Amino acid sequence: MVVFALLIINKAGGLVYNREFHTGLAKLSSNDLLILAGTFHGVHAITRSLIPSSLKPISNPGTPQNFPQRPSGLEVLESSHFRLTCFQTLTGTKFLLFTEPAQPNVDSVIKRIYELYTDFVMKNPFYTVEMPIRCQKFDAGLDAFVRVKS
Amino acid sequence: MTQAPSKSNSQNLSQQHNARGTVAPNLRYPSNKKTIYDRNLNRSKNAELSRAAFAYLFVEMISYAQKRVKGIADLEARLNTQGYPLGLKLLDLLLSRTPTSSAQPPTTRPTKILPLLQFITTTLWRHLFNRPADALERSAENASEYMISDNEPLVNQYISVPKEMSQLNPMALVAGIVEGVCDGAGFTTRGVSAHWANGTSVPEASGTTGPGMWPGKTIILIRFAPEVLEREEILSRGSGT
Repeated sequence: MVVFALLIINKAGGLVYNREFHTGLAKLSSNDLLILAGTFHGVHAITRSLIPSSLKPISNPGTPQNFPQRPSGLEVLESSHFRLTCFQTLTGTKFLLFTEPAQPNVDSVIKRIYELYTDFVMKNPFYTVEMPIRCQKFDAGLDAFVRVKS
Repeated sequence: MTQAPSKSNSQNLSQQHNARGTVAPNLRYPSNKKTIYDRNLNRSKNAELSRAAFAYLFVEMISYAQKRVKGIADLEARLNTQGYPLGLKLLDLLLSRTPTSSAQPPTTRPTKILPLLQFITTTLWRHLFNRPADALERSAENASEYMISDNEPLVNQYISVPKEMSQLNPMALVAGIVEGVCDGAGFTTRGVSAHWANGTSVPEASGTTGPGMWPGKTIILIRFAPEVLEREEILSRGSGT
């Protein structure tokens, strides 16, 4: 069970956080990572509109919904070497987790990472929303959680 | 005029006070006319507040202060000012809540330094953080300085202070509360400030656990004014004879 890396993409498609926990993935320069994040953001947007019309939620134009059920887009991408799991929050921030293909319970791992994010990033007064994340306690929390898990 | 009474027509202010609730229910005057001031003081005695709610409120307090300051010292001073009125009120509230049996005399304000500090580290800390402070020490170098240390401050639980502001400790808010309590009890201070234990601004007391075990350890430094120490000496002399 190996968690390779975590990327966080803001709602504009910019990379705000990247962290490698275990080596195993190809090394990317920071520029390439930014491109990867931007590309994924675009692909994700495309996959969101690629759903069969029969699955589209029936929306009655007369009754506006506060929280309409939107198609979620790309969720898992699997190859023989890794599995990419994408979790999108309600506000559009995307968490990308690279794991081994056999990693179980990725959902709970990503939920826990989201929890750490809400605690140590969103409740940090010195963090500006949509900007790169530089929070000591978030790093420490991730380390403690992923290291214990693997 | 019914919306906001100015200071000049204060003679009919109480009249308006009653009228306002019926005219326009707003934030301060809820529709059932029961404001927070109408409640029993002991009602919220054992009530607990959501930690996340406090965290988000504190985020806004800091960013509000941050918009209007020039430097870190200024920001700390602002947090301190925000805490000060809380301390003044908490002193009275907590003293009124101190349980007294009929056999004992009614609760009195602390009149000496040590009972005051004990009140702060136990009663106040327990009210704010649900546990007593971790240590209370007197500075070896200066008799007027006392230090309260907290190994894991709840205020800083979610906060990572960026490197360029490493001097700042958000516990300045709590320092302000402590200053308010001291002032309210009649102990003038020359300032209460919060410091990181691993910083160099406060001499590390020997024998305490190092910063390695508690990276967030915070020391609140209280500097009493000289007249407080003078009074303390007179009081102890009076009780000694």
